[in-house]
Amino acid sequence: MASTDTTPVLDQDDEAARGANDTDTAGVGAGLDALDSVAAQRSSLGEVLRGKALPPLIGVLVVLALWQAAYSLHLTSSYKLPSPADVWHSAQDLWYQGTLFSIVWTSVWRGLSGFLLAVVIGTPIGLLVARIRPVRTAIGPVLQGLQSLPSVAWVPAAVIWLGINDSMMYAVILLGAVPSIANGLVAGIDQVPPLFLRAGRTIGATGLTGARHILIPAALPGYLAGLKQGWAFSWRSLMAAELVASSPDLGRGLGRFLEDQRELSDMSGVLLGIVLILFVGIAIELLVFTPVERRVLRNRGLLAATK
Amino acid sequence: MTSALTTSADAPGADAPGGAPAVRISHVHKSFGRPGAQTHVLDDITLDVAPGEFVTLLGASGCGKSTLLNLVADLDQPTRGTIEVTGGRPALMFQEHALFPWLTAGKNIELALKLAGVPRPERRAEAERLLELVRLDGAYGKRVHELSGGMRQRVAMARALAQGSKVLLMDEPFAALDAITRDVLHDEITRIWAERKLSVLFVTHNVREAVRLAQRVVLLSSRPGRVAREWRIDLPQPRRIESAGVADLSIEITEELRGEIRRHGQH
Repeated sequence: MASTDTTPVLDQDDEAARGANDTDTAGVGAGLDALDSVAAQRSSLGEVLRGKALPPLIGVLVVLALWQAAYSLHLTSSYKLPSPADVWHSAQDLWYQGTLFSIVWTSVWRGLSGFLLAVVIGTPIGLLVARIRPVRTAIGPVLQGLQSLPSVAWVPAAVIWLGINDSMMYAVILLGAVPSIANGLVAGIDQVPPLFLRAGRTIGATGLTGARHILIPAALPGYLAGLKQGWAFSWRSLMAAELVASSPDLGRGLGRFLEDQRELSDMSGVLLGIVLILFVGIAIELLVFTPVERRVLRNRGLLAATK
Repeated sequence: MTSALTTSADAPGADAPGGAPAVRISHVHKSFGRPGAQTHVLDDITLDVAPGEFVTLLGASGCGKSTLLNLVADLDQPTRGTIEVTGGRPALMFQEHALFPWLTAGKNIELALKLAGVPRPERRAEAERLLELVRLDGAYGKRVHELSGGMRQRVAMARALAQGSKVLLMDEPFAALDAITRDVLHDEITRIWAERKLSVLFVTHNVREAVRLAQRVVLLSSRPGRVAREWRIDLPQPRRIESAGVADLSIEITEELRGEIRRHGQH
């Protein structure tokens, strides 16, 4: 073969051999693929119910049993510790008065709309902190520090600034949730493997195209974790604000209901308030965040097959 | 061997001697660090890849072969010297598959097609065609984590080809695979290179792999990287990595490589 020859085309004499080799390669390749492939398994409804729903149900029943036992054994006076049945009757009373739904809805509405506002504000802040170095140096540490500040600490300040009204509630929610959401996005972006960014650049994803097609989808798991925490912070902040701030102009939410029952020394009402607050927090997380997060993680193969 | 030359005549655009090379690297220097405390990684590298040529860059660690590839891929700029690549942005494959886990195999390829300006109605069919080329028909809807290492590297190959560049840069793309899978992928890249008339610059530290694949093996010395020696491999393709011809040349090249490495232990 001449030394200047740089032809990619194979020797014609070897065409037959090449054909045979090619078939051979295809066969071995297909065999390897079959051996290496991971079969995705999805469990049946029965398995899901047994594996996922049964354990928490048992957990709740155990707590109720212990509670009932403590009540039956008269560990303390019954006005301090009413029975589970008493709390259930309080709930029924509220239901028949027709106020249960409106109390829950007042708080849920405030919580969710405040949370959405926090997403709209926190996301661009997170992007700026993650991608612009001077911004990160300037406000990054403050943003992280704010996460450890209990948002109830903002309530007195918000009352003085804004008065006792809805704006004050939203201000407390935002101060609680915006740092978590922004920090979640920053963490998500920081954890994007540099390889994805390089691979993106080689196929031509730079600048805004790169942000849209590579950076944001790659940062999504961290961002979702931030959103989830942001919701938890929104809900907590709102309850703190509702507990402290009292005004007839404000709708009666769960926090207010809880405080009203304390003033009436109605312990079963107080416990009902706590249970409802807990219930709403868990329900929103299970109905909204968990499915989205699981879907994202499963698509990326990041969900460990826990049984 | 005249037969090879005859065949090359019906390869359009293939190597007319004296025609523009697919990649032209002229007097490239690369150093990192502040002036005064610099590390010279590449020193006066001059290297051409002819259209349709398969060149492997071989060297021990620290020879700057990946750095050189990054320069050719325009992910970094040379300190001095010039690099010209015909036909726009070259395609690049990494040691890791670098597929995006939030997209299916097919959508990974379609993203590259989209960014290369292929209109939306044609993307799906083109992605399927490329998957067929790497023998992954039916993997379109598969998630990255559902594929084996070898399959992922083949999807990565299809995505690289989707860019439409005739120049393919490969940065140890098979180094993390087991020997049997690597063997299969050597056959595949040889076939695709010939079918698509690609110009390939392939970085590896595996001498046998270099000899198995390349028409020309370029040995780089380490710290700083310089072109130490070149070999033209005239063995007919497809080669087998365990064949006597490949083994003989590998022994010769390995001796030279060991010599290069030994020099570093002496001072």
